[in-house]
Amino acid sequence: MRRTYNVPMTPAATDKPAGAATRSFTTVSGRPVERLYTDADLAGIDPAADIGEPGQFPYTRGIHASGYGGKLWTMRQFAGFGTPEETNGRYQRLLAAGGTGLSVAFDLPTLMGRDPDHPLSLGEVGKCGVSVATLADMEQLFDGIALADVTTSMTINSPAAVIFAMYLVVAERQRADWSRLSGTIQNDILKEFIAQKEYIYPPRPSMRLVTDTFAFCAAQVPRWNTISVSGYHIREAGATALQELAFTLRDGIEYVQWGIDAGLAVDEFVPRISFFFNAHNDFFEEIAKYRAARKLWATAMRDRFGAREERSWKLRFHTQTAGVSLTAQQPYNNVVRTAIQALAGVLGGTNSLHTNSLDEAFALPTEQAATLALRTQQIIAHESGVAHVVDPFGGSFFVERLTKDMEEGALAYFERIDRMGGMVAAIEAGFPQREIAESSYRFQQAVERRDAVIVGVNDFTQPQETPIATLYIDESATTRQLERLARVKAVRSAAQVDRTLAALRAAAGTTANLMPPLLDAVRAYATLGEICDTLRDVWGEYEETPVV
Amino acid sequence: MTNDQQPVARTIRVVIAKPGLDGHDRGAKVIARALRDAGMEVIYTGLRQTPEQIVSAALQEDADVIGLSILSGAHNHIAPRLMQLLHDRQMDDVLVVMGGIIPDVDVPNLKALGIQGVFPPGTSMQAIVDFIRLHVRALEPESSGRQG
Repeated sequence: MRRTYNVPMTPAATDKPAGAATRSFTTVSGRPVERLYTDADLAGIDPAADIGEPGQFPYTRGIHASGYGGKLWTMRQFAGFGTPEETNGRYQRLLAAGGTGLSVAFDLPTLMGRDPDHPLSLGEVGKCGVSVATLADMEQLFDGIALADVTTSMTINSPAAVIFAMYLVVAERQRADWSRLSGTIQNDILKEFIAQKEYIYPPRPSMRLVTDTFAFCAAQVPRWNTISVSGYHIREAGATALQELAFTLRDGIEYVQWGIDAGLAVDEFVPRISFFFNAHNDFFEEIAKYRAARKLWATAMRDRFGAREERSWKLRFHTQTAGVSLTAQQPYNNVVRTAIQALAGVLGGTNSLHTNSLDEAFALPTEQAATLALRTQQIIAHESGVAHVVDPFGGSFFVERLTKDMEEGALAYFERIDRMGGMVAAIEAGFPQREIAESSYRFQQAVERRDAVIVGVNDFTQPQETPIATLYIDESATTRQLERLARVKAVRSAAQVDRTLAALRAAAGTTANLMPPLLDAVRAYATLGEICDTLRDVWGEYEETPVV
Repeated sequence: MTNDQQPVARTIRVVIAKPGLDGHDRGAKVIARALRDAGMEVIYTGLRQTPEQIVSAALQEDADVIGLSILSGAHNHIAPRLMQLLHDRQMDDVLVVMGGIIPDVDVPNLKALGIQGVFPPGTSMQAIVDFIRLHVRALEPESSGRQG
């Protein structure tokens, strides 16, 4: 006998009043928050060495002397769904409206290096982003878009080198000089092992793919951002602000160390490293996090690695508001959450920003919801006046104290991770994964007890919810992608595919840079799945021991 | 046969599974710990399990409950396959519940397939614990084995 049941959306009411006067408060990272901060809280903070001036080492107050005076942050909204044709259409509309920056979301099969016809791709093609299996898809995705004239951010990690090779070949066919291309590949495999779990190969060969892109771009695509070291996903997985800061910056240090170990000079590749942080609810702690991040990076690059160029010291970062904070209950509340989070990102000096849409607890955003999210940024930028002053919280007793505490907390994590032998070793030991699982469970327990209030979820609830319109992605993308894949396989030269994949396999067993053989395989229309499988054969696949 | 009124005779055994390609496992891990803290025995499969692997795990572990965590939009493909496999192996009495990003329009279809509980974002851990305790099959003492 089958029955269906209505599931209560809220925990049973308790008699505990939320926010009673006697409560003490902490930041998300667990630091007690006092009622009042005074100059006594600045003890141990050196105004010159710790805070300094905007545009000057250690950049606590920002990497530009004039803040947003020279240029507002880039409003870069992430988009992609279905087939390359559909996503190309959305890009064309965006560029026609005056945009110059594209940001590509790929679907899960692409992110995992699987073709649309692989059994594990069942039901996933085109769902979370656009499907790209061969160079033919990439040509369609950027059809009519001059790659020399746009900047393109591509959120791709484990197969980043392959997707980047496809992008370079599209540029080559447009006769666009590689040295003029500008954009970013996320290419941050460490946070995949730590948090988002879209990994393919074990950590060490995965790191080699990353350092191969560092070296290749330093020589041939000098304006390309080779990596976006990401705290965003670490935070979404349940880390505190402090853990996000510490693990992300320590990941950055790990990449620099591996780059140096691979024979690169620090000032040759570090200026092309960028960062990506979350903007969550705890307003002041978020601002302190960005300020501490800049100081930690500048100090590590100068003192730990001996970088001499200022470009190597300056931490540039993108921010996205916290997807995990969005609620399915009373979804219009999400507009307010997003606005507060975005404001924290701006006051923390973000260089670019993505604001989430109100409907993302349900599905990918509708075009209307995505527009409202962009308008939120424009209101902050053009109406609130907050961008007129550089680092307006500089000198605040509270924010400077928090900034210093975040820095010290991160340095303590760095020490623990250094003692484990670095971030790759710490990941292999499950350390950051355990720390995050612990924090996320503790947070959920606080929500359950109503120590943490989520408006509309565990307090201020409404019995009747009005449903909102959401985007529904049907299955037609799968059919069309399977058809194109079959056509590509029918017309390409099988001999050329075999030859280039064999060359890739041979190179994977040596220490040679893999970008040239990847470019050759892509030019021969080898599929993403075939290329990734070739490397799977050589390196094996990573399987984590689940940490609960 | 499900019998809602029977008291629990032994520990409820739950397989928590992440099917599909998605790696966002925060929800799966949190609920695994919550069920464990509520006194259930929890087996977490880890990532990227096929319906076949999940059903095998449930059979091997003599699970009373399968909990699926899906955030990628693949639920309409995974659920029918999983329910068919359970039926083929005469495991219809296993309580199947699902959490994640599931559009409202898909819920009636999932329930018609036999997914008894669908838990959207914001569901409290206690609500899920209570649901499982209420709807799990009547548990027999360990020695009498599986009752189809």
